[in-house]
Amino acid sequence: MSAGTETRALARVAQAQAASPQPGEGGSRRRRKTNAVTEPEGRRGKAGYGLVSPGLIYLLLFFILPVFTLLATSLYVKPPGADVGQFAPALEFGNYAVVLGGYWTELLRSFWFALLATVLCLVIGYPMAYLIAVRLRGHAFLQGLLLVLLIAPFFTSFVLRTQAWKQILADQGFVVQTLKTLNLMPDGASLTTTSVAVVAGLTYNFLPFMVLPIYANLQGLDSRLLEAGQDLYANGVTTFRTVTFPMSMPGVLAGTLLTFIPASGDFVNAAILGNNRNTTMIGQVIESKFMRVLDYPGAAALSFILMVAILILVTLYVRRFGTRDLV
Amino acid sequence: MSTDTAQDTLDSTPAREEESRGSELTLDQVSKSFGDFHAVKPLDLTVPAGEFFALLGPSGCGKTTTLRMVAGLEKPTGGHIRIGGTEVTALPPFKRPVNTVFQSYALFPHMSVKENVAFGLRRRKVRNWKAQADEFLDLVELGHLADRKPAQLSGGQQQRVALARALVNQPEILLLDEPLGALDMKLRRQMQSELKRIQTEVGLTFIHVTHDQEEAMTMADTVAVMNAGRIEQMGAPEDLYDLPRTAFVANFLGRSNLMSGTVTGTGSGADGLLEVETSGHRLLLDASRAVSTTGDVLLGVRPEKIALRPAGTRAGGQPVVVGTSGVVNEVDGTVTDVSFTGVSTEYRVDVPGLGELGVFAQNRDGTRIRPGDPVELTWDPARAFGLDGAEDAAAGEGAA
Repeated sequence: MSAGTETRALARVAQAQAASPQPGEGGSRRRRKTNAVTEPEGRRGKAGYGLVSPGLIYLLLFFILPVFTLLATSLYVKPPGADVGQFAPALEFGNYAVVLGGYWTELLRSFWFALLATVLCLVIGYPMAYLIAVRLRGHAFLQGLLLVLLIAPFFTSFVLRTQAWKQILADQGFVVQTLKTLNLMPDGASLTTTSVAVVAGLTYNFLPFMVLPIYANLQGLDSRLLEAGQDLYANGVTTFRTVTFPMSMPGVLAGTLLTFIPASGDFVNAAILGNNRNTTMIGQVIESKFMRVLDYPGAAALSFILMVAILILVTLYVRRFGTRDLV
Repeated sequence: MSTDTAQDTLDSTPAREEESRGSELTLDQVSKSFGDFHAVKPLDLTVPAGEFFALLGPSGCGKTTTLRMVAGLEKPTGGHIRIGGTEVTALPPFKRPVNTVFQSYALFPHMSVKENVAFGLRRRKVRNWKAQADEFLDLVELGHLADRKPAQLSGGQQQRVALARALVNQPEILLLDEPLGALDMKLRRQMQSELKRIQTEVGLTFIHVTHDQEEAMTMADTVAVMNAGRIEQMGAPEDLYDLPRTAFVANFLGRSNLMSGTVTGTGSGADGLLEVETSGHRLLLDASRAVSTTGDVLLGVRPEKIALRPAGTRAGGQPVVVGTSGVVNEVDGTVTDVSFTGVSTEYRVDVPGLGELGVFAQNRDGTRIRPGDPVELTWDPARAFGLDGAEDAAAGEGAA
């Protein structure tokens, strides 16, 4: 009750502040001052909860509740003689066994593709982040330019960019032509609708998610530590191996998670760049079950399996490379 | 496991007895420019092996740049650097037999204290690195904190880890870049004597960069005072203090009263004395203590070399200063300011024609002198010094 009042009061304050004319800095300062004077000490903690509550309510409504709905749906059964897409509430755990039996290859493939894409992103992205954050230190313009270039693709739709990769990897495209000229690809082969294309698309689409956290981390790298490494008989490579890279682990960890998790659930890349035989990812299966086949329990069960599997993998990964013993 | 370590420690003890004495450092016309800015002007310098050498100067004087060039972290614009006779000018830092204690310590935050100390040993593939790291952690009395992370240590402890991390490699030259700058006064004094003890114990060549003149004088065998990219004067702390050769050194290393005047002749009645005419006063100066013996000079005298007594007490009392050559300088003035610091009192005395002079007096007797009191100042011509009259008498004042 009182928390609700608080929230409303805060919302009013926020509104009033937003409404106050922009140059009127004095207005908001005055308001803050009055707050400080009238607000008793003990209410500060409550104000904190008040500020958090919109987020909590949002999460409750649009995350926690849907998860339970999903869980419930995954246990529904199709009553005999029901229409397509008609299910009845039940506790049919067998749904899990059925989808797992039917789609374990797609599930494993998803993780495999996501892992490949993550490793590729790391290999391609780390040097990019290092270049921008460390090598170009003091060249603010170049740093800014490269960061903009990195983020610029986001101005175009994800689907469009993935579609563009179809052109890039097309049989008449320069990639295939070049590879064929160099005899690195047999004449009849093509790259479109192969797993190479899907992984390439995943790598491309998630690269910024790898680069940005590593960049943010490396930006704070104290160059004096690199000098200390050099001073203590470590050459450039050894300094990187023993100082720079271990210290950037929080960024690497964040980047790999931000790449691996969405990549393993992705369906756009596989749908656009893959085929129906050996590139299908679990996201595609879930999407088609929900949208086309209207097998809601199956789709929900697969979603749940994917979620739990990712949770387990991520927990193991964070336990192994976690940031706990970093500063 | 733990017995192994103990065994290692025993084995390694003789290794340190071998005495890796330091090496001589030679800078031959070494210079460094950043664009148009000449951070270090062509510099010649020789630091004998095993010496505790201090580079003293205000910030921006080029002392840290000089140190970084020795470490290899900065490439000289010109000149040659030799360590123990070997040319190292072109060597990268990791191939030089020097180690640095950085101003910010630069400890690796992701490694434990022991891993930090062992870093250099492991890079050089020293086999008993564990034992050696332990040994040097004990040397700086941090053995019990070996498994902590640097962030869990106090500033003084971090400083000692940085010292152990550099020393454990037994470099031919240890470079210290304002290593005590971040410590508070008390810890700083404590670490000064600690550093001095360790230097004596390991016998390495230490090159210590600092802007703290007291620190430089307390620790170093030789102090070089740097200003604007060049060494102004170099010598034992006592000599530098006693006989500064430039106004900058006179003011930066301790304090000085500098009075401009003109040499008018040799002093009457005693040999080797110069007579200096300052506005309204004839002051004497030991000719051997003057940079130039003709023309315009700056006559300098340290505040503690001046004796002060209330005006008019001479008739009854004994002279406060007896000059070595039987003569003294004597001027009259009026006290303008008195600061009492306990063991001593600092007076500012306005002397007509000479301006304000600073005087330190020990509080030996109960004499109370207040602002406005007329006083007589005396000093021994053999304790004064003469500088080039063309110099700025305020050079180096307040610089740090």
